[in-house]
Amino acid sequence: MTEIKDTAPRRGVPVWVQVVIWTLLVALFALVAVTLNKRQQGSVQPGAEIPDFTLKFFDGYQHEGKSEIKLSDLRGKVVVINFWASWCKPCEQEAAELQQAWSEYADSGDVIFLGVDYVDTEPEARVYLKKFGISFANGPDMATKISQMFRITGVPETYFIDQNGVLQYVKVGPFTSVDEIRAEIEKLLP
Amino acid sequence: MKRTHRFAALALLLLLLAGLWAGSVAAQGSAPTDDEVNAIAKQLYCPVCENTPLDVCPTEACRQWRELIRQQLSEGWTEDQIKQYFVDNYGARVLGEPPRTGLNWLVYLLPPVLILAGAFILFRAMRTWMKPSTTEAAAGPAETSQPAAQDEYMSKFEEELRKRK
Repeated sequence: MTEIKDTAPRRGVPVWVQVVIWTLLVALFALVAVTLNKRQQGSVQPGAEIPDFTLKFFDGYQHEGKSEIKLSDLRGKVVVINFWASWCKPCEQEAAELQQAWSEYADSGDVIFLGVDYVDTEPEARVYLKKFGISFANGPDMATKISQMFRITGVPETYFIDQNGVLQYVKVGPFTSVDEIRAEIEKLLP
Repeated sequence: MKRTHRFAALALLLLLLAGLWAGSVAAQGSAPTDDEVNAIAKQLYCPVCENTPLDVCPTEACRQWRELIRQQLSEGWTEDQIKQYFVDNYGARVLGEPPRTGLNWLVYLLPPVLILAGAFILFRAMRTWMKPSTTEAAAGPAETSQPAAQDEYMSKFEEELRKRK
């Protein structure tokens, strides 16, 4: 029996080229999928432990004599993080209420308010802080790292973090009264 | 003679004052124009209004940014310094073109690589389609030699017939 040899030259794309192309395509689709998924997740949900971050304050603001603060240094305290901007009109609706709530808890030392100024220019931010007499620690969200960590959907947004660093409540939009702020804080205090 | 010297000193003083005045007028005249501000603004994107270049974005946040650019230009900042300030303060996503670092290189390298790969595949495929297959090529001469073989057979057959007659 004669053996038939396939002497025809091999045609088509070499295997290694196909592997490279398919790998690149899969990587590209994976990258797009991860990015889209992140975008559709919305803000950080209650129950999540908030990763550590550092907020450097505007000149003239401080916490216990320091010009910046790490979230991890505030373990054992209730932390209220408010994202705002001077160009944000709804932020103005709650500014006075936030300041009043802060003045009620400031002396206790159990509750800390932090203002994070989102995508703003410093001169306008300072005018805003002065206009509403905001005295709790405030600083710019440098390179929008903090807002990206919280995946905020806009401003104003306020996050209530318990003594263990776990997010307990998210308020999207402005508070309508001091009672609303007080009620959320009281839930977290022993 | 002394009087001449005094006049010369006075004239020199006036000349100096005139020079200073002209310098200050020129400095006032170098206030950045809208075009100069927008030339930088159009390369930036505010994270609040995605996909809208800063030069045409109508929001208050963008207006503040443009004013900041104007102020920085009037203080003598260069374009690169201003862009770096915005990156430091608001993140690299404010740039119209991602900086050529780290994973960002994918944005610049992947499209041309994929286009080249596509072109290569297309070229190979076209070449295959245009060229006759080897089996066809091998079968070709056999088909063409068949009539010749038949002719030879017929001529032999006719010769045999002639002999038998």
